Amino acid sequence: MPRISVKVDGIAYEEDVEPRLLLVHLLRERLGKTGTPAGCDTSNCGACTVMLDGKTVKSCSVLAVQADGSDIVTIEGLAANGSLHPMQRAFHEEHALQCGFCTPGMVMAAIDLVRDTPDPSEEAIREGLEGNLCRCTGYCNIVRAVKRGAQEMGQAVKSS
Amino acid sequence: MTEVGKARRRKEDARLLTGRTRWTDNLQQPGMLHVAFLRSPMAHARITGVDVSAARELPGVVAVFAGQDVAGEQGSLPCAWPVSDDIVIPEHPPMAVTEVRYTGEIVACVVATDRFKAADALEAIEVDYEPLPPVIDLETALSPDSPKVHETGNQAFSVKITSGDLDAAFRDAPVVIDRTYVQQRLIGAAMEPRAVLVSTDGDTFTMWTSTQIPHVLRVMLAMVTGVPEHQLRVIAPDVGGGFGTKLQVTAEEVLCLLLCRKLGKPVKWAESRTEGNLAVHQGRGQLQHIRLAADSDGRIRGLQVDLLADMGAYLMLVTPGVPMLGATMFNGIYKMDAYEFACKGVFTTKMPTDAYRGAGRPEATFAIERIMDELAAELRLDPIEVRRRNWIKHEEFPYTTIAGLTYDSGNYEAATDKALQLFGYDKLRAEQADRRDRGDPVQLGIGVSTFTEMCGLAPSRMLGEANYGAGGWEHASVRMLPTGKVEVVTGTSPHGQGHVTSWSQIAADALGVPFEDVTVVHGDTAISHKGMDTYGSRSLVVGGVAVLQACEKVREKARKLAAHLLECSPDDLDFADGAFKVKGTDSQTTIQELALAAFAAHNLPEGAEARLDSDATFDPVNYSFPHGTHLTAVEVDTETGHVKIRSYVAVDDVGKVVNPLIVEGQVHGGIAQGIGQALYEEAVYDAEGNLLTATLADYLLPSAADLPDFVTDRTETPATSNPLGAKGVGEAGTIASTPAVVNAIVDALRPHGVRDVPMPCTPERVWRALEGGRA
Repeated sequence: MPRISVKVDGIAYEEDVEPRLLLVHLLRERLGKTGTPAGCDTSNCGACTVMLDGKTVKSCSVLAVQADGSDIVTIEGLAANGSLHPMQRAFHEEHALQCGFCTPGMVMAAIDLVRDTPDPSEEAIREGLEGNLCRCTGYCNIVRAVKRGAQEMGQAVKSS
Repeated sequence: MTEVGKARRRKEDARLLTGRTRWTDNLQQPGMLHVAFLRSPMAHARITGVDVSAARELPGVVAVFAGQDVAGEQGSLPCAWPVSDDIVIPEHPPMAVTEVRYTGEIVACVVATDRFKAADALEAIEVDYEPLPPVIDLETALSPDSPKVHETGNQAFSVKITSGDLDAAFRDAPVVIDRTYVQQRLIGAAMEPRAVLVSTDGDTFTMWTSTQIPHVLRVMLAMVTGVPEHQLRVIAPDVGGGFGTKLQVTAEEVLCLLLCRKLGKPVKWAESRTEGNLAVHQGRGQLQHIRLAADSDGRIRGLQVDLLADMGAYLMLVTPGVPMLGATMFNGIYKMDAYEFACKGVFTTKMPTDAYRGAGRPEATFAIERIMDELAAELRLDPIEVRRRNWIKHEEFPYTTIAGLTYDSGNYEAATDKALQLFGYDKLRAEQADRRDRGDPVQLGIGVSTFTEMCGLAPSRMLGEANYGAGGWEHASVRMLPTGKVEVVTGTSPHGQGHVTSWSQIAADALGVPFEDVTVVHGDTAISHKGMDTYGSRSLVVGGVAVLQACEKVREKARKLAAHLLECSPDDLDFADGAFKVKGTDSQTTIQELALAAFAAHNLPEGAEARLDSDATFDPVNYSFPHGTHLTAVEVDTETGHVKIRSYVAVDDVGKVVNPLIVEGQVHGGIAQGIGQALYEEAVYDAEGNLLTATLADYLLPSAADLPDFVTDRTETPATSNPLGAKGVGEAGTIASTPAVVNAIVDALRPHGVRDVPMPCTPERVWRALEGGRA
């Protein structure tokens, strides 16, 4: 079995993995990172979205061996020093989650979107989140949250 | 301090936003084994042999069972709603033994040391099938020469309800409209796939499962499996959406319990999305034949409804009850002289249908709201005007409808006027006329839907009259902890609805304690011992009221203790902001201090118990009847058939609101799901009974890019059937939006000779309807 090294949410792991093991199963079944859920098996829903070396991937569509040597951030690693990431805060303020199952992937996708497009229009947000499905919210409040989160992320950049 | 009515941010969020979740599939037990199910690839076949010997030899495989191995102990999955005396409820083995009747039915299972080994071993099981003819089409299923799903035939039940003189209503009626509508089958597709984990200490069993109904499930599992109810604990941990699909007693739950009992080890099963599409009960599935008779001024004389309802292969928990939830709703918000509802339940070789958001009421609302537009078109009246001429006026409430329900309150005029104003109706009609004049290839359509629904399920007495197998009450307990903090235990079982937040608001007001000092516990039969769970827009209007009433009992106990300690009569105490104050003095004590005094119990009134804790069981006297008016403008490309929703306005009247943020979120999500039915979603079976939409690549859920921002507003006519004045909101958006969107599409295309587009209104179907209109 191949041995891989990954860093997940700041912690280094070395694991022997079957070549077929998916990244999402490495995270959930082997490393106990159950904050990232698996929703569909066909990369349609986006619930399993994580950051791999700074860019979002759907972790059901990446083999664990492909992630060898990479730095992964999941929803569990976003809040720093007990303080929510601005996008997490914005989702709370705008009531952008109900059951919360799509939320980890949605938040990760939203952060990636805003890094590429710091001041996204409503249309850009809707297009940008097309690969992340939510069955509860009808997306209205998610769009509002991403706008708010983008503003707060922008201010955080300016003040740093 | 008033919490009720405040847009409180949710207490639930922080955990969900940081990944500290407890989805069933996240949970582990020491020594846990993993279950995988082998499912039938055929819609209808006799099982002539199952060979599991090769699978048993594979590494990591602990056990393999076929239907025959559990036939004596698996029981039959329950149907709790025998809607008529003639109903046929076939045996429904959780694991098929001799015959499979839908694609995806379980035929064998593997228990292994990890989920991958379990899945691998499925491929080593050999099943011999002798194909039998599938039964797919509802109409031909009832013909005498149709192949049979069950030996008893393909009719599950037949019901007819009449009110008024239908013959007189149709005789010499100036206008008769006759239409057939198809309610396609839908897949609920909650984002969290189902999962079940069962563990045992050899005596008692604990089941964690992704369910909406831990309490109902426990009772039913005890009845099906013989595991005594008191030795069975059911926990619904975090549940990622339900929409009715998790209102079920599933084969997988029963089998996991049996496997745990057989092996004495914890077992877990986690569903793949394809398994979910195949084998989670589906929604809708009706062929609706509707006739409406009217006078030449548009006044409705009578309505005749003739339904074929697709049951699928078996009757599950409330399968036959779903069309019956629409039996008294096809008349909608309108007055009429006569009404007839006839429905036949039909067996087919497809996954059983059952509750899906709205359950029976969206189907009914769709039919009446579509045919009201046809009536308007026939009479060349504005579709809003024809509704106005027929609806119950606000001064006529309470109003007993032709179908026999008493609508307690409502104001259809106010909701409609507000919606028209927000929508800019006249301006959009002008644009529509302009586009028609110009022959613009992109035409504008305007769709309206006015609706009400019976929800807040439900008065136990009425459920009994409808042959439902249980009551509709709800329970709450309030525990006053020694430090003055409050634990509310509810029998409702939220899976996204924010009960922890809303129930905290109700308790904070009723007890006069800070919102932050209240916690809400739910979804565990060992902690919340009584409950009827969450479905049918019932949680607030039944369960929320139980919370309020339990708090009121706490307050009355506290008043007696306060009077004793302050040495006055209970009547001399005023209660405000959580404190009892002796009238005309500064002498006072708070309810939180009294909690400690009750705990210490050093100085209680004679005969008083050492607690303020109280509980309440609320059973409403009537259903509640939220209503609303939804308007949408759609652009239809007449060259490609593409439909784009340009604007959507919803004005809902859900009575008194506890948390407007949560209410708005429910409306948003409901609208999106209803739009899904109108434009995108359909569970498609081919002629052989294969499901062609077994993944989310084939079954289209609306994405953010497919939907506009929704404009929502409310009118507020309090319900009179409960002390909160609330009516329920979970299903409203779904009920209203489907007909609004289809009405808009047909409205855009009516000058092209189109009078219907079957759902989902895909570009191809819109284009074909246009071609038909041109022909």
